[in-house]
Amino acid sequence: MPHDPHSHGHAGDHGNHGHSDNELDGMAARVKALETILTDKGLIDPAAVDAIIETYETRVGPRNGARVVAKAWSDPAYADWLKQDATAAIDALGYSGRQGEHMQAVFNTPETHNLVVCTLCSCYPWSVLGLPPVWYKSPPYRSRAVIDPRGVLAEFGVVLAADRKIRVWDSTAELRYLVVPMRPSGTEGWDADALAPLVTRDSMIGAGLVHSPGDDA
Amino acid sequence: MNGPQDLGGQMGFGPVAPEADEPLFHAAWEKRALGITIACGAMGAWSIDESRFTRESLHPLDYYGSSYYEIWTKAIERLLLRHGFVDRDELSTGQKLRDGARPKRVLKADDVAAALARGTPADRTVSHAPRFVAGDKVRTRLIHPEGHTRLPRYARGRAGRIEAARGAFVFPDTHAHGAGEAPDHLYTVVFSAADIWGEGADPTLEVSVDAWESYLDPA
Repeated sequence: MPHDPHSHGHAGDHGNHGHSDNELDGMAARVKALETILTDKGLIDPAAVDAIIETYETRVGPRNGARVVAKAWSDPAYADWLKQDATAAIDALGYSGRQGEHMQAVFNTPETHNLVVCTLCSCYPWSVLGLPPVWYKSPPYRSRAVIDPRGVLAEFGVVLAADRKIRVWDSTAELRYLVVPMRPSGTEGWDADALAPLVTRDSMIGAGLVHSPGDDA
Repeated sequence: MNGPQDLGGQMGFGPVAPEADEPLFHAAWEKRALGITIACGAMGAWSIDESRFTRESLHPLDYYGSSYYEIWTKAIERLLLRHGFVDRDELSTGQKLRDGARPKRVLKADDVAAALARGTPADRTVSHAPRFVAGDKVRTRLIHPEGHTRLPRYARGRAGRIEAARGAFVFPDTHAHGAGEAPDHLYTVVFSAADIWGEGADPTLEVSVDAWESYLDPA
């Protein structure tokens, strides 16, 4: 698989080799030193750092967003609310807070496909999608999403009809965008609990589509 | 600033190369870097805008040669130095050598859930009316501020259309530099790809940015 050498932590990236916990390389030592100083000075509480990590490892992730999308698919009144006031509609499902304070939901249609990017940094709707993947924060995606979205989508295996409009949302302020993908065929009559597992993280960024059940494409 | 962070339309970075079954973190230190960055932010000494400006102020070679958590770590060191919480000799020795500035608050483990659930809302109430309404034609200003701005280069000096007025929000261009929140109206402004990229632009493409009122002139 092709890799931009700068798209991951080139010094600290051992994640693909399964021994990330026992390396004391440059960045590991640097962060450990920083945490030691801050702790000794009483500026941070290491248990708070643990709690932050645990939040994003176990509680806040793309399953939250998938439940929002599944509810919108199965409940037209909720979909309308999500369209009008996404912050409140998402909060009503219990997902709110950091990097989701001001939400907008953008709905894919047969005419228009939506794609979200942050060209200037890494703005991403944490409250519904959790922490962003490395590719979302890296120069290849941030540079090309606004000028060559079809080329970018092809790298995710997504090919849109040539006349399908594409709308790219560059997250330049504190609004955070959640893409509501189109509901796939073959799910007629399914309830939200059945629909949610179909909804992928990438589809809620616009970098993927939701496929019909049993369709591995 | 016209810094390394302003990536829209840049070329030469190669394919996106999404990683299948990507782990949440690629090394244990990344977890700590995330937690330290959020915990330090909770001290209340700097804003998200100052954080972003600090990250984009890394030398371009450093910025492009660093993973995102490396960028965060290098920026948090600079923020801590600038605000007097740590000194260089402490960072180089990895030891507390003296007391430094005291924070307004220290985030405790018991308060993490509430703090993360609360976030940091940036919307504000302002008394002045919005200058634009949905449907208005505008042109973004052609500006090159040396300080922080959230108007990307590719979207400067461009003809666009107000799609939605979003209410008033803290203005990053002042807030990043300790010059106050100066809240102003924010709009989603949409551009045709042809108006941004010109010849050869994808005819099916529109791009939007969220732009503060002072970035915009009537067109």
